[in-house]
Amino acid sequence: MTTSEQTGEETAPIGTLPLDAWHRAKGARMVEFAGYWMPIQYEGIMAEHLWTRTNAGLFDVSHMGQLLLSGEGAAEALEALVPGDISALKPGRMRYSLLLADDGGILDDLMITGGEQGLYMVVNGAVKWDDIAHLREHLPDEIGLNHMDEQALLALQGPEAAAALERLVPGVGALVFMQADAFDWNGVPLGISRSGYTGEDGFEISVPAAHAGVLADALCAMDEVKPIGLGARDSLRLEAGLPLYGHDLDPATDPVEGDLAFAISKRRREEGSFPGAARILGHLADGAPRKRVGLLVDGKLPVREGSKLFDGNSEVGVVTSGGFAPSLGAPIAMGYVPTGLSATGTALAAEVRGKRVPVTVAAMPFVPHKYVRKQGG
Amino acid sequence: MPRYYTEEHEWVDVDGEVATVGITDFAQGQLGDIVFVEVPDTGTELSAGGDAAVVESVKAASDVYAPVDGVVTEGNSQLEEDPALVNSDPEGEGWFFRMTLSDKSQLNGLMNAAAYKEFCDSL
Repeated sequence: MTTSEQTGEETAPIGTLPLDAWHRAKGARMVEFAGYWMPIQYEGIMAEHLWTRTNAGLFDVSHMGQLLLSGEGAAEALEALVPGDISALKPGRMRYSLLLADDGGILDDLMITGGEQGLYMVVNGAVKWDDIAHLREHLPDEIGLNHMDEQALLALQGPEAAAALERLVPGVGALVFMQADAFDWNGVPLGISRSGYTGEDGFEISVPAAHAGVLADALCAMDEVKPIGLGARDSLRLEAGLPLYGHDLDPATDPVEGDLAFAISKRRREEGSFPGAARILGHLADGAPRKRVGLLVDGKLPVREGSKLFDGNSEVGVVTSGGFAPSLGAPIAMGYVPTGLSATGTALAAEVRGKRVPVTVAAMPFVPHKYVRKQGG
Repeated sequence: MPRYYTEEHEWVDVDGEVATVGITDFAQGQLGDIVFVEVPDTGTELSAGGDAAVVESVKAASDVYAPVDGVVTEGNSQLEEDPALVNSDPEGEGWFFRMTLSDKSQLNGLMNAAAYKEFCDSL
């Protein structure tokens, strides 16, 4: 028996993150991911996934890049590289955005938070070094770019996340989805946002690496919190319909094809002043040739990344993420199809080991988002 | 009934001319939650080291190889309904398929329980 699980490129030595020993002590199975040893699972992906949907799961996402962009005009300078309205971003407000190549292809997706000290950005671990190089190359020299590699990043996700975190850090419950603020925990400065990658309510917590272990211990000491590995993080985000960079998004894909047109702000569309504007505005006006869609799978056979999609006998697209959805008890997938075949309910087939498996284009998310958008709401 | 093991983490029970094949407890632990198993059709000719079955966990698909040469006499149809049997009883109810033995001498190349345990401990 061998596993076809991808282990990534093994050219550089594998790095260790601040909580490496903490994960091993908790019984995690560690795998190489984005150049680091990361916990893929503790007790099992299924149990961890369902725990997060019903209680609260603690994720270590310290492999992601935390960047601080500072200096006069940083927001305007960044707008040359992303399609979001960054100059309108108030302190403590967050925005999902996309780092775009000159031709409009997606180099990364990222979160940008406004702050007094500058723009705080969280980028994908697998491409963070490329992002830093791209930003440094294209931003004016007077704009500061600090890679906050002395910070760990934790995510606490699930319906009990707010109650649990509020117990340790009073006041965090006042944040709403896509809001962030600075907090203090026993003298340790924490940057906390109400955001995440599971579709659940939850928080992401930037903490100095030296204090990450005690914070993780304090969180996991509460009955409703358990550590959750990367495996469940992937199945949770797939159910939530959230794309994974390097799989569902890549430099050949623009925001309209990626079904991420919401990340192109109104003002930026009107001005047409972002990389690849001609292509992207054209796709907005006339439709893109292809589009990212969700797929429900008939039967129990998982349809995974790389499976070809067929409309009758013609190959029309490809699956970019797929697997078993623990909350649905069935396989689901995400992939690209011609826009003409992207309507919900369109019947297609996926090829798995030479067999055709019926699939149906489905609305995403597969599992409803539980974001807390308004206090008391 | 002697039980043999492969370095690919399959077990083989030999009863006369027929072998029953599954994956080991170690293997199911490595795979995690099994959500789908594809067993070979009756009559499929297998050759040692060749693809025989596929086991799918939440995360990934893994190939299961034929431990020896032979012809499939039965796939475990229970796994279609309840793939999690491979997690709960990997070396019993969670067997994958039965096959004839074309060349019994191939069994000499496999490990016994003690040797397999030592092999797993070395991983």
